[in-house]
Amino acid sequence: MADTTEALVEIRDLAKTFDVSKPWLARLLEGIPVQALKAVDGVAFSIRRGETFSLVGESGCGKSSVARMVVGLDRPTRGSVVFDGTNLAALRRRADIAPLRRRMQMIFQDPYASLNPRWRVTDVVAEPLDAFGLVGSRSERTEKVADMLQQVGLSPDDGRKYPHEFSGGQRQRISIARALAANPDFVVCDEPTSALDVSVQAQILNLMKDLQQRFGLTYLFISHDLSVVNHVSSRIGVMYLGRLCEVAAASDLFRHPQHPYSRLLLDTIPDVAMAGRARAPVPGEVPDPIDPPPGCAFHPRCPFAGERCLQERPEPAQYGHSTVACHAVEERRIPPFSRSNPGR
Amino acid sequence: MALLKVDRLRVEFPTRHRTLVAVDDVSLSIDAGEVLGVVGESGAGKSVTGAAIIGLIEPPGRIAGGEICFAGRRIDCLPDDAKRRIRGREIGSVFQDPLTSLNPLFTVGQQLVETILTHSDRSAADARRHALRLLGDVGIPAPAQRIDAYPHEFSGGMRQRVVIALAICATPRLIIADEPTTALDVSIQSQIIALLKRLCREHGTAIMLITHDMGVIAETADRVAVMYAGRIVEVGRVRQILRSPNHPYTRGLMESIPRLDSDSARLAQIDGTMPRLHEIPVGCAFHPRCPDASDRCRENRPALRMVDDPAAVACLLFDDGRADG
Ligand SMILES: Nc1ncnc2c1ncn2[C@@H]1O[C@H](COP(=O)(O)OP(=O)(O)OP(=O)(O)O)[C@@H](O)[C@H]1O
Ligand SMILES: Nc1ncnc2c1ncn2[C@@H]1O[C@H](COP(=O)(O)OP(=O)(O)OP(=O)(O)O)[C@@H](O)[C@H]1O
Ligand code: SF4
Ligand SMILES: [Mg+2]
Ligand SMILES: [Mg+2]
Repeated sequence: MADTTEALVEIRDLAKTFDVSKPWLARLLEGIPVQALKAVDGVAFSIRRGETFSLVGESGCGKSSVARMVVGLDRPTRGSVVFDGTNLAALRRRADIAPLRRRMQMIFQDPYASLNPRWRVTDVVAEPLDAFGLVGSRSERTEKVADMLQQVGLSPDDGRKYPHEFSGGQRQRISIARALAANPDFVVCDEPTSALDVSVQAQILNLMKDLQQRFGLTYLFISHDLSVVNHVSSRIGVMYLGRLCEVAAASDLFRHPQHPYSRLLLDTIPDVAMAGRARAPVPGEVPDPIDPPPGCAFHPRCPFAGERCLQERPEPAQYGHSTVACHAVEERRIPPFSRSNPGR
Repeated sequence: MALLKVDRLRVEFPTRHRTLVAVDDVSLSIDAGEVLGVVGESGAGKSVTGAAIIGLIEPPGRIAGGEICFAGRRIDCLPDDAKRRIRGREIGSVFQDPLTSLNPLFTVGQQLVETILTHSDRSAADARRHALRLLGDVGIPAPAQRIDAYPHEFSGGMRQRVVIALAICATPRLIIADEPTTALDVSIQSQIIALLKRLCREHGTAIMLITHDMGVIAETADRVAVMYAGRIVEVGRVRQILRSPNHPYTRGLMESIPRLDSDSARLAQIDGTMPRLHEIPVGCAFHPRCPDASDRCRENRPALRMVDDPAAVACLLFDDGRADG
């Protein structure tokens, strides 16, 4: 399996800081300082050719921010993204970026906002084909679009309609068809199936898996649904407040999560068989990203937090095949994991 | 008496070539304090049903038949300004697409305060305090720091929660929530669910909860309606729908849920796709995909029949009132 371990995407010390200060006049009058929000702070991981790497973590922890930087939609405040040996930040000329743009596509979290309402669906799906000059004739274009629409469970006739004539899940499938139309190598999927019912979700996930096998596609997958993530991923990165707390193979993470946050997260997976029974949310409040807790950002919610966790930020280190950033793991203070939610 | 009663609703979208029937003969009711879950295939007509109830079917789409009664009053044929008064104050709504409900030009706080002021007689300062409390209720960390941010400065899940705050800020008697938690992780979901349940309990708010997330359904809904190709194919108590669904479509739906304990590489799926609106087959709309279909199913359209109150199913297997398959 030598070729599968080669990294297609390499993310090094990635950071994104947003200026969320009040307008200067208000700052002046109320005497409040400039405020920065560290949406992503020092994230590093690599994605191997042909694998599905997933990012999970609570809403607002920085998953979409990472995704946008990885495909070059946002410039990192710090750090770099290396795609197939090329550092994206080093590319300045449009002509250099264009071929990479074709090879990387993104399925956006908000499919509605990413579909131009005045375009017919055919033109939406054909956009990357047109932009990169991938189809010669008009009939080839029509054929390719029809094929893509069928692949995602829509019909070729749907190409004549406008996005608003579709249901939420149908629109999401249009954006999936568009992303896959240009035969990309690497697709970033930000909540690609969150608006889909489970049966269509199963079809789309199976389709994505088929395409991956046929064309050796590589995915960066973002979802809040851990059972979906478990199903599709080879490896998983768990994020908390802009940082990675654990990176592990999917099977390792689900069987032996090491970081205290990963453990709590796994306990939240709902069980459909138990109608009416409450799930176990991660206890405690999500902290303020503008003013994150010192030391380990997770310490206010962590059952294993010790003195050191309040002051010193844990750095990622290797434990077996996993990378974990936690003092208690380093100090071997954590008992073996057992799911506290029985009945599964 | 039911707070909301929808009777034989039909919604059509005329197009150049033909008229599409997106919702066909749908009847349902929701009591005060009750949560009705609505699930079903993408494109089945869930959102259109919700939009019809709040009077937001965009022309040329139209309600072509049936009645919608809210608190004993028919509301589907009210003039536009009367509908607008009901919306927001008496019926709150969370749309499937959070961005369409948020104005990109105004801050989150401005939009919340504006909505609160429209529907109540609070002072501006009190409205802002209420807005802050609501943001905290939906789990936005450090609301005081974030209330003056613009929607694009929020993450996808945070925007979705702002829309929920907007929907509940006037404490409406009915909330139509269309996929309110799709982008949210389980912890935030639990918080939102707890919030909605509290509204039901303390204020008798009724909720129509449209979602494909069976975990949310399991935890929140009292009864569930399952839609397929514009019709309700099954209704029942939540336990019964999740544990022993009757309709073959519902059974397939439950089997497609990814499970942690399954190691198979592929998810179970219902093969085929739901028919598009212009090609709904005669007989049972599900028959081309149904493992139990017989010749009868290709000819006769099954009506929704009570099998064991409140469980009802539209399937010929149950046509004589008991299961034979
Ligand atoms: N343009 C922006 N300006 C200011 N803050 C921003 C901006 N974009 C994102 N943020 C902030 O960065 C943080 C991370 O946002 P991001 O969208 O990456 O979260 P996420 O993990 O994708 O969450 P979700 O699961 O809700 O989509 C949030 O606190 C968000 O408010
Ligand atoms: N404005 C419109 N014009 C024409 N057809 C429409 C329009 N709005 C919706 N439809 C059609 O009506 C059907 C029902 O759509 P609806 O949005 O209610 O589906 P849904 O059950 O909410 O699906 P999803 O789970 O994907 O959101 C779909 O086939 C859709 O294409
Ligand atoms: S470093 Fe300390 S506070 Fe952070 S997760 Fe580990 S034990 Fe908990
Ligand atoms: Mg996001
Ligand atoms: Mg919908």
